[in-house]
Amino acid sequence: MTIERKEIEKLATLSRLAIDEKTIADVTGRLSSVLALVDQLQSANTESLQEISRPFHTSQRLRDDQVDETDQRDAFQAIAPQTHNGLFTVPKMIE
Amino acid sequence: MHNYTIAKLIKGLQNKEFSSVELTQHFLDRISQLNDDYNAVITVTSEQALSAAALADQRLANGDAPAMCGVPILHKDIFCTNGVRTSCGSKMLDNFVPPYDATVVENFARDGAVMLGKTNMDEFAMGSSNETSFYGPVKNPWATDSVPGGSSGGSAAAIAARLAPGATATDTGGSIRQPAALCGISGLKPTYGRVSRWGMIAFASSLDQAGPMARTAEDCAIMLNCMASFDEKDSTSVNQSVPDYTASLGNSIKGLKIGIPKEYFSEGLDRGTEIAVRKALADLEAQGAQLVKISLPNSHLSVPAYYVIAPAEASANLSRFDGVKYGYRCENPKDLQDMYCRSRTEGFGEEVQRRILIGTYCLSAGYYDAYYGKAQQVRQLIQQDFSDAFKSVDLIMGPTCPSPAFKFGAKGDDPVAMYLEDIYTIATNLAGLPGMSVPCGMVEEKPVGLQIIGNYFDEARMLNVAHQFQQITNWHNQAPEAVQ
Repeated sequence: MTIERKEIEKLATLSRLAIDEKTIADVTGRLSSVLALVDQLQSANTESLQEISRPFHTSQRLRDDQVDETDQRDAFQAIAPQTHNGLFTVPKMIE
Repeated sequence: MHNYTIAKLIKGLQNKEFSSVELTQHFLDRISQLNDDYNAVITVTSEQALSAAALADQRLANGDAPAMCGVPILHKDIFCTNGVRTSCGSKMLDNFVPPYDATVVENFARDGAVMLGKTNMDEFAMGSSNETSFYGPVKNPWATDSVPGGSSGGSAAAIAARLAPGATATDTGGSIRQPAALCGISGLKPTYGRVSRWGMIAFASSLDQAGPMARTAEDCAIMLNCMASFDEKDSTSVNQSVPDYTASLGNSIKGLKIGIPKEYFSEGLDRGTEIAVRKALADLEAQGAQLVKISLPNSHLSVPAYYVIAPAEASANLSRFDGVKYGYRCENPKDLQDMYCRSRTEGFGEEVQRRILIGTYCLSAGYYDAYYGKAQQVRQLIQQDFSDAFKSVDLIMGPTCPSPAFKFGAKGDDPVAMYLEDIYTIATNLAGLPGMSVPCGMVEEKPVGLQIIGNYFDEARMLNVAHQFQQITNWHNQAPEAVQ
């Protein structure tokens, strides 16, 4: 399966990545090569098989619905790119 | 002292042959003298290490020393370390100093180990050659024009170069076993869930597992005793008692049934590697093990399934890197979308971006069933192959990699050529099984690894047979000439 340039542009938008004009042909070629590899899956007979998302059958352990972490806002905000009055700040998003 | 194993260092410390401060200083000196040649260590924590060593000496003197008291080790830079940069080999986290320790790091501190620093790695653990690190490639101490393997190439090269006697590592598709093989050391990927993933930066959450790297199987057993634990903070951590992995090392392997999958000795396997691995199997047979021919008929589907599942999970996991709360943020973003997009494009390297794009593709509307759903079904086929095999054998063995360490740039521009490097290791991650690599020969003066695959939670048996193999062979004691 080959992938079209238009699809790459859509994927880049979904992934919040920018692909510049100079490299788009290269990226398209390399992704097509990976998709050709994964297309080998289509030959497998998987009729009646369940999809498994975990390596072996274990049930997801749940914790009690209780607060068990202490407030570490200052420690986490100390490593943030930008904060203001205890909040994480980002560029303006509403005009 | 740098040629001592961890087992011997523990005895030396307990018998007061040397102090932990002396030992730690010795390894720090070696890192300072030799690391420029290999680029294996990217952060050295000298001051912290010497303080921890002084504390360890006090505990040794007081007679209340825990298992690894005073032994210096390195941590892969994927494990969060409180107050010490944790980059994951990426520009994205070049400025990231976590305010907490990973559980694995806590466990080693609890047991008295001394952290010397952090090791280089492929960016976000995505790679098999260490060429994708933001900090430049690690060089293989056996041949500096060749790769050390990846993604735990920094940990493997550091041990091979005697910069530390042991190091932590992680394995998502072969990232412990392949670099262990290429650098001539021992490395173990435990059963999924055996070691906590808390504080270990996520790549593909249903495949990632942490494990030890050292020169010998015995040292891996000592380290696994410390690493393995049930952790409430990791919802996939398995609540099962941890045996003493050193207790059964001396058991006889007589009568042990070793499965030899025909698919692991087919086209694509380097001839010299095959000879070395077959010789190792013959050595084990001579010790009383029984070799049984088996088949893992769906092996050829492992790499394709992995390159759907791992990128899909990576694309979800890496969506957290958006320049908001920590990590890299681009300069002067014009709006929020621009900040997300430029922070990620400037912060991630080429291979990481490629895998995010593939993962996004496989998960996107219209392709989910054909790729992600199908890969998850194939995963069951692969798991079934192993469970059928383990009905008649105790362990499975074969080569760790198709060939010895390749030269930098040898895999060229084709990502698929690099992906096939993990052809023998990936299936165990998909099935969640434990896998190990031990050195078993040399081809053109480069090490070859023997892979040992066990059933779920059967690490003790794998370590036992690896240890017995190391009692009758000397491959694990070999060192590159420049570092002896």
